[in-house]
Amino acid sequence: MTLVARPPASATIRSPLEAARANSDVRLSVEQVSYAYSPNPSQAPLFTLEAASFQARAGEIVAILGPNASGKSTLLKLIAGSLAPLSGRVLLNGFETHALTAKTRAQRIAMVQQESPLLFPARAWEFVLQGRHPHGRSLRFESDADVTIARNALAQVGAADLSERWMAELSGGEKQRVILARALAQQPLLLLLDEPTLHLDIAAQVDLLHGLRRLAVENRYTVVVVTHELNLAAEYADQVVLIQRGKCLRVGPPSAVYQRELLEQVFQTPLTVDLGSSGRPRVSVVAERQEFK
Amino acid sequence: MRPLTLRRLFVQCAILAAILFVVVIIALKVGAVQVSLWGLGRDLLRVLYHHGEEIKSDYGLIVMDIRLPRILLGIFVGASLSVAGTGFQALLRNPLADPYVLGVSSGAALGAILALIVAPHLNLSPALADLLTPLGAFLGAGATIAAVYVLGRREGQIDSTTLLLGGIITASFISAVIMFLMTSLTGSNLRGMAFWLMGNLSTSLQRSVYWVLGVGFVVASGAIYTTASDLNLLLSGEKEAMHLGVDVPRVRLVVYIAASVLTGLAVSVSGAIGYVGLLVPHVMRQLFGSDHRILIPTAALGGAIAVVIADTIARTIVSPAELPVGAMTALFGAPLFIYLLRRRMA
Repeated sequence: MTLVARPPASATIRSPLEAARANSDVRLSVEQVSYAYSPNPSQAPLFTLEAASFQARAGEIVAILGPNASGKSTLLKLIAGSLAPLSGRVLLNGFETHALTAKTRAQRIAMVQQESPLLFPARAWEFVLQGRHPHGRSLRFESDADVTIARNALAQVGAADLSERWMAELSGGEKQRVILARALAQQPLLLLLDEPTLHLDIAAQVDLLHGLRRLAVENRYTVVVVTHELNLAAEYADQVVLIQRGKCLRVGPPSAVYQRELLEQVFQTPLTVDLGSSGRPRVSVVAERQEFK
Repeated sequence: MRPLTLRRLFVQCAILAAILFVVVIIALKVGAVQVSLWGLGRDLLRVLYHHGEEIKSDYGLIVMDIRLPRILLGIFVGASLSVAGTGFQALLRNPLADPYVLGVSSGAALGAILALIVAPHLNLSPALADLLTPLGAFLGAGATIAAVYVLGRREGQIDSTTLLLGGIITASFISAVIMFLMTSLTGSNLRGMAFWLMGNLSTSLQRSVYWVLGVGFVVASGAIYTTASDLNLLLSGEKEAMHLGVDVPRVRLVVYIAASVLTGLAVSVSGAIGYVGLLVPHVMRQLFGSDHRILIPTAALGGAIAVVIADTIARTIVSPAELPVGAMTALFGAPLFIYLLRRRMA
């Protein structure tokens, strides 16, 4: 038996030939997307997102980082196709996401966001089965296949035992897993998450991102996650998109984006950046900081 | 994991339909004039086989011409109000919503009062004069629906919160106008109006009106039922529903119009019968779960059962006099509502 030495994943795109092949399996392509929001069309926009571009392949995790109100969630909505870009376009497997019908979009893109509370009680399995909605006709009763998919989705996030529980009685981490399971039941190509680690303790945060890493590889998802957790993003993301006040400052692997001066300027906080034990950058807050400017 | 199946839907609806059947038989039997079960069965069979003329005349008059139409009206009103209430609770994402929350009943009452005021001056044939009040009520309801729809839009789409606020404001404005107009009513008209505001089923209607009500119910509740699984997703939020592929603006428009039409039809023939549209959906949710694919048909049957029972009690308890059925539903509904509320909090 011979072992074929494979180059590490980060070293795949080196030669022009390999770069061209890598480009061919680009799944998500964000091309010069911009957006402006104004409550009144005659006034100057209150908020603008300047042209942002990046690409992601199947199995990749992209983290969008930036301070509050920098346009992270807006970029995520543009990717999801629920907002129409002012210029540029977002392509998912060559189709513009905003041009898809709501149903087709939901078959290809799943969004995990801060949930509003349920109006009437539902069990976890009922919640996860909702993920099958875009794949059925509107009045169809769930088939055995749907049930199997929902059950697998719960198992994939380690929540099989939560199936019969009421949503209202789950803890934050358990609830987040069930919400993720519903997204998996959609069987999407693209999985979008808006601050999924919010309100989770550190163990639940690591569990979630570790799970995402595994799912991205196993199910060939492209994952885009908006987060404030710089260190978790550095640990788990293949690419980082750094945004500040609607401007996309840097796109690249964490090692390229995590530079002390850049992060200090973006987050307005004294920081140090060094290498963690995994070989990825690690950010620490410097205790003696100046007062707010 | 026990997802809803067609079989379960069918079995549970069949149970409720059987209960409704028993309730209808009892309602036909009891009253100021007692009717034997045997006689009742024989007469119903005769009607079915078009031998209506063989029925003894006083029996025929009481059972077939007075009690049966009233029960049919009760079934229609109860089913309509419950389906409309279920729809409004999901549409407005508010468990306290009922069919009247958007002012449809106030609009109908205003239309009915205007009809009562105008009728004596119009010189109509008796048949047309009978129709004028329900017609006025339906037009009033329709005008209110349109006004609230205009008030309830934001950026060209229906917005749940704006719609709710628009409805409440419209209702209170119309109530003020009603109080003003009530002063111009006199004698029997005023008593009729009070009975009507409370809700009652003793109105006699022409046969054609029953057809209009029946067809209206089937079309409007059918339209709501086509959105049943979309409504399930709407319960977890509008953003969430949109990301799961629900065309939220379309669903909101369909449910708003269909639920309003159901309410308008029910109110125009029976006045504002309270609590049914609020409570029956909640009771059915406790019994059968929150899935609208089963909630809508069971709410329709449950509403029909509730109103027929309430009306039977209302017309027998102080016999030979009668209470408005709305008084009955409020009498039972208010304590039941408090019970459900406490249970939910526990």
